[in-house]
Amino acid sequence: MGNLSFHAFAQPWWPYVFILLAGWLPTDIWRYLGVLSSGRIREDSPALGLVRAIATALVAAVIAQLVLYPGGSLAAIPGAVRAGALVVGFLVYLAAGRRIVVGILAAEAVLVGVPLVLSAL
Amino acid sequence: MTQTVSDADEAAADLPARHWALLGIKGIVSTPALILTTSFLGFAALARDAGVGLPETAFMTFVVWALPAKIILVGAITAGLSLPAAAIAVALSSLRLMPMVTALMPEIRGPRTPTRTLLFLSHFVAVTGWVFAMERVKNVPRRHRPLFFGCFAVTLTCLNTLLVALVYNLMGQLPALATGALAFLTPVYFLTSLFGTARELSGRLALLTGMLCLPLAHWLNPEFDLLIAGLAGGVMAHLAGRAIDRRKVA
Repeated sequence: MGNLSFHAFAQPWWPYVFILLAGWLPTDIWRYLGVLSSGRIREDSPALGLVRAIATALVAAVIAQLVLYPGGSLAAIPGAVRAGALVVGFLVYLAAGRRIVVGILAAEAVLVGVPLVLSAL
Repeated sequence: MTQTVSDADEAAADLPARHWALLGIKGIVSTPALILTTSFLGFAALARDAGVGLPETAFMTFVVWALPAKIILVGAITAGLSLPAAAIAVALSSLRLMPMVTALMPEIRGPRTPTRTLLFLSHFVAVTGWVFAMERVKNVPRRHRPLFFGCFAVTLTCLNTLLVALVYNLMGQLPALATGALAFLTPVYFLTSLFGTARELSGRLALLTGMLCLPLAHWLNPEFDLLIAGLAGGVMAHLAGRAIDRRKVA
């Protein structure tokens, strides 16, 4: 199929074509299908349940990728601290009656606090 | 349900369209919108780290809009994936938008809204807009709902596109710990908001299986780890969720 990666061609238009075909089209097609099928597909069909589970698992995989194999500045923070911050953030979110802001603050406190304390020791 | 809608209609029927348009725009300072906007600071840092330029990052923000899809797209660009493989990964993650849009349309549609208007508005649907609309649209008279949703969602998208463009260069000047902290907002926001909006057991299980499958998939094939973990984790969660539900019924 040849090399069709984002950096494959030097032409200035190529990144935009890549973003449209690999980003816009495969995202908006589902939105449009959602509009057109509104009122026609049963929400509780098993096939739609499987679709929802795969879509959620894929976003979960993105979460794990961002935490376990990050690029850039997050990579400088130890992996155990990153994983611990996600777990602590989620547990605090649950304990605080499912309040997202509280969970985020707890996760950030661990993520930023532990490296600061370690470097001060 | 119909009763509350007609009550709201009666009380609010005299208010002009301008009122509902402004109320929609004001939604950008609601909690979910503010968390999303902060997460976009992290996205700007992520795209910059991945070597995606400023105009491309802003363009991507507007035309894709859903944050998980954009993060997968940036991941595919970093991994050097070919266009078809990147499109498949993005398509799988964006599948979730179809049932979301299907559920949202009856809520935001007016009495005589043409389909092309709904198609236009659907571009601005993602997790944040969906949660916001499902919560608040009940208090808006039906004929003003497309305007209310459009004013909120289009403003949110345009504002974040602008924000990404404005902060992109700043991200290179912040200390590494600060950009790291911003980039970390996204996984925590996704995890908690998806857990909160998951209606079924299999949805919550899929969050766990998808995360647990990733290290294994990464070890098997680092190029296609997201696809493998998403498919395997989704099938596992679906089967386990159905088995547990069946046992509860039996």
